[in-house]
Amino acid sequence: MLQRTIPILILAASGALLIIAYFSPFTTSWGEVVVDWFNVLAAVAYVLGAGNLLAVNLEKVSARRAGWAYALLTLLSFGAMLAFGLFKIGAVPNADNPNVHFAGSYESTQSAFGWVYEYILSPLTATMFALLAFYVASAAFRAFRAKNLEAILLLGTAFIILLAQTAAGMFLTGWIPEASMFAFLRLDWMKVAITEHIQTAGMRAITIGIALGIAATSLRLILGIDKSYLSKN
Amino acid sequence: MNNQTMQTFGGVRGFLARMGSIDRRWIFLAVALSIGVPILLQLRPPEVPGPMARATFEAIEAIPSGSRVLLSFDYDPASEGELQPMANALVHHCASRGHKLVFMALWPLGKQLADTTIKDVLLEFHPGYVYGTDYAQLGFKTGNEGVIKIMTTAIPQQYPSDAAGTPLASLPLVASIKRLEDFKLIGTISAGYPGAKEWVQYADGANPDAFTLVAGSTGVQVSQLLPYYPKQIEGLLVAVKGAAEYEMLVTSKYPVDHDQSRFEEGRRRMGPQLVAHLLVIALIVLGNISMIAGRGLKGGAR
Amino acid sequence: MSTSKPARTGDYRLLWTSLLVFGLVGLSLNAFGRKAGMANRFVEIESMERIEVADVSTVVAGSSRTAIPEITEWVDPKDPRIAAGAVKPIPGVAPITWQVRSLVSAKDAAATDEARANGDASAPEIVRSPIDSIGVWVAAFLTLGIFSFLYRDNPWYKIAESVLIGVSAAYWMTNAFWSTLVPNLFGKLVPDIVREIAIPKLLPSESPNADFALAVVPLILGFMLIWRLAPRGGWISVWPIAFIIGTTAGLKLVSAVEADLVAQAVATMKPLVVLAQSSESATTAANTINFWGTVGSVVGLIGVMTVLVYFFFSLEHKGAVGKTARVGVWFLMITFGSAFGLTVMGRITLLAQRFEFLFNDWLNIG
Repeated sequence: MLQRTIPILILAASGALLIIAYFSPFTTSWGEVVVDWFNVLAAVAYVLGAGNLLAVNLEKVSARRAGWAYALLTLLSFGAMLAFGLFKIGAVPNADNPNVHFAGSYESTQSAFGWVYEYILSPLTATMFALLAFYVASAAFRAFRAKNLEAILLLGTAFIILLAQTAAGMFLTGWIPEASMFAFLRLDWMKVAITEHIQTAGMRAITIGIALGIAATSLRLILGIDKSYLSKN
Repeated sequence: MNNQTMQTFGGVRGFLARMGSIDRRWIFLAVALSIGVPILLQLRPPEVPGPMARATFEAIEAIPSGSRVLLSFDYDPASEGELQPMANALVHHCASRGHKLVFMALWPLGKQLADTTIKDVLLEFHPGYVYGTDYAQLGFKTGNEGVIKIMTTAIPQQYPSDAAGTPLASLPLVASIKRLEDFKLIGTISAGYPGAKEWVQYADGANPDAFTLVAGSTGVQVSQLLPYYPKQIEGLLVAVKGAAEYEMLVTSKYPVDHDQSRFEEGRRRMGPQLVAHLLVIALIVLGNISMIAGRGLKGGAR
Repeated sequence: MSTSKPARTGDYRLLWTSLLVFGLVGLSLNAFGRKAGMANRFVEIESMERIEVADVSTVVAGSSRTAIPEITEWVDPKDPRIAAGAVKPIPGVAPITWQVRSLVSAKDAAATDEARANGDASAPEIVRSPIDSIGVWVAAFLTLGIFSFLYRDNPWYKIAESVLIGVSAAYWMTNAFWSTLVPNLFGKLVPDIVREIAIPKLLPSESPNADFALAVVPLILGFMLIWRLAPRGGWISVWPIAFIIGTTAGLKLVSAVEADLVAQAVATMKPLVVLAQSSESATTAANTINFWGTVGSVVGLIGVMTVLVYFFFSLEHKGAVGKTARVGVWFLMITFGSAFGLTVMGRITLLAQRFEFLFNDWLNIG
């Protein structure tokens, strides 16, 4: 009962309510309440995520498993940043209420939290993703082999887009007059044709397919046909 | 590839075949050089604005001067390189048209990027903008698409106060706003989920004609957004190329008298882009040459 | 790439040592040998002062409190209302002073220095900020640490990675707390406390009891969700999870059908023959066909249809269906090729931005 029936009812009720809320203006405010709870729970989910991280790393450190020193570093960074943020250490007072410490802002580099954001979090996040540039290039060298028609289409398109997205496109084909009948040989013309017609068509079909999938999955969940989420524990 | 096969592969063909199994760190080095050298040489190739950047520019020109505009910063520093130039140009463009700007963020780090943009662009180039009457910062809220969903009907419920804790009711600009329809234009600068797609699905889906939606997107995410252009998303800026083109359109109509480099970030990054793209093309060609060369050889490259 | 060539490490030791030495010497020369230096950061200092005042009629002579404590406010001592006699400082309340330090560009710093040298006393106070310069060094150290992974996995990278994980989890949690939990949850549950310690301007609710009652639900669900971390009673967290899944399903069902299914089908079903649009007059051009526009529409329709056929797995891909699906695959290949090109563009830009940071902000050679 507590473990199966009630969760199924909660799921069905919240899902159905939002669908009803959409169709009737009288129930819009119910939908707002439900989504409001959802948004607050999303904030709690961040706390849960942090808790999970703590649990995993604490276990690693206490068991002295391989790489425990790094886990300790993660814990220390987490603890320090959390303290900086929750206590708003070094926060700039709010000009309208300088007497209330927690009304201050912790976002400039003057406060500890803002400093860590600016000089640790921001550069690390940016560099992590920048690293992928190297792997994309390496993959282009190793994996992009023109073995059959499909691969050639993929390669050819990538070529056109890569050229047309830079000044190289204009340099190579920019001399072909835009008004002439050969304008379709211009790389910028080809790029627009590919992205706005072919790629859009391909993505449109994918989007329709995904939408059908989402609609079906959502219905299965709300109607209680799909109960896989119950067995995760 | 072992030493014996290496010895069997003589001549140019053997060299080409062996090239396929080169240590990838040489490729990494080539990438680093292809990006680092153009930056140091300040290579700045010319750009020509394309149709999508023009559509975005026109969308912002089309709404009456002084309109209320909502700008959502749905990205983090990981995409700053691509999206910050768009954000800068977008804010400058809106402010030059006299639009009233309301900032918000669906990504936690987006709020701070919006703050930076307010400081570096809005207040730097449009010092007349007054907080509360000309612009406001609502900040970040958790809930992803849930935030947009509530905002379609009840903004004050989602945002009882602005980011600094001032009630919306005491800020003239936002005191009367109740729902997204109260904005003439919504701009999202988006790096993924939640972002432009969710704005289309939850905001535009509910009121397709109530406001104009424009989006600045990363190159990675843009494929997902193409089906929505130009019906659901009226203007779409694609990656740094879109940013560079839009910067050109904005600064040619609304030039600034100092610190022009703020609106040249996108164009500046097209230099390394050019060289790196040529490198990737060369790598694809070399990879294929190597494959073809190795085909006839015993145990050749894959 | 583990330990396949241990014998060769020795060969490289000299190379790496000399690279390190050259690097350090170069850095020191760059940092101390050049007048411009490196990793410079400047801040503009603004001194703030606020005093607590109240409407002149409410200030009780000789008392440190006002008759109506709620309506005091903190204002600039130069506030014109004080001189005009409309508000009066509350006796016995000390003024609060602090400094706001905001980052400015090196160019602004130089311009201000010049203005001050020329005797312009109104120029803002801009100073070098060592704590921010240290920050640039830290950022550069961590940036290079991540890049070092390209050579091979190593402790430098692992340090940077571990710090990133810890810091970002705390960042998200802190932001969720201050931006959502405090105003949207605690602000309804305990508005007086929130007003006292965090959001002084929080408006009183029109229906405090209803707000309280509605906020209790996510509070309870939130506790149940956190219960997941407890060793026992895992089923407790299934309730909030069911709520989250249900809400997501309800939201997504409507939006997917509306924005993705219906709107996309409508966008596909458009006139195939596109007429040319003349800039001079719409009527004269009404009969000319825009050739490429028409081709584009036809190609677009074929693309959507064939790719959908390819996705239609319940039909066996044989005969006509198989051929159509094959065309669909071609469309998909072109789609992915284009997506790859755009992805390359995105990644390169991010890398360029990091290089700009290293060259300009850190090394100061841009």
